[in-house]
Amino acid sequence: MDIFDIYDKMERNNILLSFKGEVTSDLLTSILQIMENKMEDMQEDVKTRKKVYNVLVECLQNLYHHMDEISETEDEKVRSAIFTIGKMDDKYTIITGNYIGNENIQGLKKRIDDVNALTKDELKDYYKRILNNGEMSLKGGGGLGMIDIARKTGEKLEYNFLEIDKKVSFFTLNIKISNQN
Amino acid sequence: MEKYAVEGTPKTPSIKFDLANGVLEIKGRSIPENSIEFYKPLVDALDKYAVATKPATTVNVQLEYFNTSSSKCILDVFKKLESINKSGSAVTINWHYEEDDEDMLEAGEDYQAIINVPFKMTMVNE
Repeated sequence: MDIFDIYDKMERNNILLSFKGEVTSDLLTSILQIMENKMEDMQEDVKTRKKVYNVLVECLQNLYHHMDEISETEDEKVRSAIFTIGKMDDKYTIITGNYIGNENIQGLKKRIDDVNALTKDELKDYYKRILNNGEMSLKGGGGLGMIDIARKTGEKLEYNFLEIDKKVSFFTLNIKISNQN
Repeated sequence: MEKYAVEGTPKTPSIKFDLANGVLEIKGRSIPENSIEFYKPLVDALDKYAVATKPATTVNVQLEYFNTSSSKCILDVFKKLESINKSGSAVTINWHYEEDDEDMLEAGEDYQAIINVPFKMTMVNE
């Protein structure tokens, strides 16, 4: 493995932090702490810091809850995920990647497309409707995450499904957050 | 039970519920992965309070961050308060947000639109 190649790619894409592996609650606590400190060191304004932190929480907890749904008996590879947090031209980028069963692609794709089709005001109403009527999953993920990310960033959710084999695909979500000032 | 209190952590807020005086305070960050588990004792305490309410109930919410998983639980807490308000204790929810934190103000307004209880939006200086 060419470690310089990885370094160079991360350097050129201004990656602040990246991780590959199993996403646990303790890991998220650490990552959030690190990012909070980093943004403070970078003297990012409070508004941007808050926005990035909020969106990061939703993106990473999406991953966490998704991992939680995959049965323990599955291949370890399938339980692993990747995320990177970068900053390019004053814009923060959070990219997450994880395996998804091919049978779940249609549902997820529709959920994201539905969110992407809405205007700012429509997103607000949609959020309130799901908040008030939506069913909670056992762990509390209420289907609000994607709506909240779209609302807070004001950007469309970019995504991709890469088919790996007949069973699984690799799902990528690309989130951009502009500087708030 | 006269009081229900929990200390804050990096992922969960501090909660102080003084049942004898009808004052509930939720302060800090609410970003646990499993928020149902975290909020259940508070919901239980509100159920206890609901059968012996004070003439007035004051609720102070001052959150720095909260995730969507918490948002549903916070709504459940507010729904309990709505029924407490309906059954005779005058409930006020003071929703605090930091200056410039439009997202937090908007989140308060979302709840205000859903819950039939007087809300007071209060700006806090950073």
